Amino acid sequence: MIRLTAMFSLLASTAMAGEIWVTNEKDDTISVISTETLEVIKTYDVGERPRGILFNSDYSRLYICASDSNAVQVMDPNSGEILHELPSGDDPEQFVLHPDDRHLYIANEDDAITTVVDVETRKVVAQIDVGVEPEGMAVSPDGKIAITTSETTNMAHWIDTETQELFANTLVDSRPRHAEFIKDGAEMWVSSEIGGTLTVFDTATQTEKAKMSFEVQGVHPDRVQPVGFEFTAGDTHAFVALGPSNHVAVVNAETYEVEDYILVGRRVWHMDFNEDRSMLFTTNGVSGDVTVIDVEKREAIKSIKVGRFPWGAAFRPTGS
Amino acid sequence: MKHLVLGALFGGALAVPVCAEITLNIGYLRVEQPAPPTLSNLDPIPESNGLAGAQTGLADNLTTGKFLGQTYELTVAEVYEGEDPLATARDLLTASPYLVIDAGPEDITAIADLAEAEGAVLFNTSAGDLALRDAECRGNLLHTLASDAMRTDALAQMLVKKRWDDLVMITGTHAADTSYAEAMRRSLTKFGLSLEAEKEWAFDADMRRNASQEVPLFTQDFGDYDALIIADEVHDFGRYVLYNTWEARPVVGSEGLSSVGWSPVIEQWGAAQLHSRFEEEHEREMTAQDYAAWAAVRTLGEAVTRTNATDPETLRAYIMSDQFELAGFKGRPLTYRDWNGQLRQPIAIAHPRALVAQAPLEGFLHQTNELDSLGLDRPESNCEAFQ
Repeated sequence: MIRLTAMFSLLASTAMAGEIWVTNEKDDTISVISTETLEVIKTYDVGERPRGILFNSDYSRLYICASDSNAVQVMDPNSGEILHELPSGDDPEQFVLHPDDRHLYIANEDDAITTVVDVETRKVVAQIDVGVEPEGMAVSPDGKIAITTSETTNMAHWIDTETQELFANTLVDSRPRHAEFIKDGAEMWVSSEIGGTLTVFDTATQTEKAKMSFEVQGVHPDRVQPVGFEFTAGDTHAFVALGPSNHVAVVNAETYEVEDYILVGRRVWHMDFNEDRSMLFTTNGVSGDVTVIDVEKREAIKSIKVGRFPWGAAFRPTGS
Repeated sequence: MKHLVLGALFGGALAVPVCAEITLNIGYLRVEQPAPPTLSNLDPIPESNGLAGAQTGLADNLTTGKFLGQTYELTVAEVYEGEDPLATARDLLTASPYLVIDAGPEDITAIADLAEAEGAVLFNTSAGDLALRDAECRGNLLHTLASDAMRTDALAQMLVKKRWDDLVMITGTHAADTSYAEAMRRSLTKFGLSLEAEKEWAFDADMRRNASQEVPLFTQDFGDYDALIIADEVHDFGRYVLYNTWEARPVVGSEGLSSVGWSPVIEQWGAAQLHSRFEEEHEREMTAQDYAAWAAVRTLGEAVTRTNATDPETLRAYIMSDQFELAGFKGRPLTYRDWNGQLRQPIAIAHPRALVAQAPLEGFLHQTNELDSLGLDRPESNCEAFQ
């Protein structure tokens, strides 16, 4: 823990510069925001209906789910050039990169399938039958477990990455949208958009450990819809996008209590932090902008106009 | 024979341990209703209207069920004009206590009153009539189709919001038209609006050729108004009124800006995924009745998933409880009203090319649930079967 903190502050002092890359679902573009100037510095054309977005571990490659192009595009983020496309199955929406930096686990929303692609051979390694409308994807830090959540089946599907087979299926509340492992993989969290809850699973037993719900003053509970979420340094707190309630909740990851609500843009969807996690960038689909949150003060400090229907966000450092 | 085997399965399911394989059989009954002739043949009602939705719901249930050892079957029966729907309904109810019904309102209540239907769970997916949610309600009958009143309340909210309060209406002569017009008058009163004038559509000429001459004259004596409401639920003449009115005014109601339970133009809230699943399977667009049948089958699926039971007492209790919620691609969880069995749901206000708004509109508040600003609210309903 001490070593981790030291590492963070070291990084913070040497490499503060960075970029947030945002997919604009209805513009077929990516907006690149500087985390220093908080302005859009570049816009790239990509495939149709870009949604999921992530970098590999050394940030030399950017992967983009181009849902309506039925492909995952691979971009050189330094040149902005699309290098090639990976076979992804139909309608890739969200994905996650295995810690081996080689295997992408992709949710094929229209086909009730999770596709595993080897990014080096560019071949499909496995296709796994999951529930209706797979969406949320996560992989454990040790790489042994991958998760797919299915929106209409309302389950988290637990995939053994060794055999590429399901070993558990756990029910969650309606329309699960996003999944994350935290605390070195000890816990796995799932958000349920229509159920309005966050469920915490104990990874070892795949059993429910806690469940949180949200109340935003002046907003009907039906419209408080958790979608994307990310954790602060040390996994102490989660910031949870609450969709059409236009708020982000701050959840204590030890007590599982909601501590704060922050007003952001309309229909807040996904998010990512800057390098030292002092700032959080949320994509707001309906208002077409990104809200910058001061993490310590828990305040929105700026809105940045991007393209139409910003969806995913991914950070990369540039100062090193 | 098949029915007997199923009966045995049901009997066994109650006694066996939680993780054992269970099967839920759902009956689907279509009672053919005479379709009145319409001036245009541009939009024929699909043969599989409703049933296709039930099949997509079944496929969704099966995908979920395979992870839980739960399977589903749909037994479909069709009754043609002149045949006795009650005999077929009896057969289906003997095989399974779950029945999705596509029929006229009188047939629906007659089926609900059968001795075999006692303790069953029936779904009305075809009749929007207010009476079925009011004094004519049945305790074993749920409604996944939005009532006419929910749809006209949604449109009335839109009229209030747009401040289109000087209103006139043209009503067709079919039962569905007059029933819609009645629901509309009720909604206008509910939201503080009224009609300045009403006319009945009683032309027997073919409007495809002379709409441009007849409709301006027909609408001329309305004088000035903000919006023209069309009550033409069989879609006979309404399409010829648009752009032919004397005054340049919006047309709303059965044509033009319509309030509907489902529409292919709903893209948000994941609806695009349901459309693409449906269209891939059935090669046509999903109608409001398809949606109602889908919701009925998914309601049962959701209840089985969460309770791992197949008996109607357990499933009905769960469906009517606070725990139940159906993710219905309308942006908020769908639940059932415990005073008349109506599925609470947002209503789309749309034209054929785009969604304009979704009711309940912002600002129409309610003490418990804004969705109950649409249709018969608890104090308004004379339904006693649910008490």
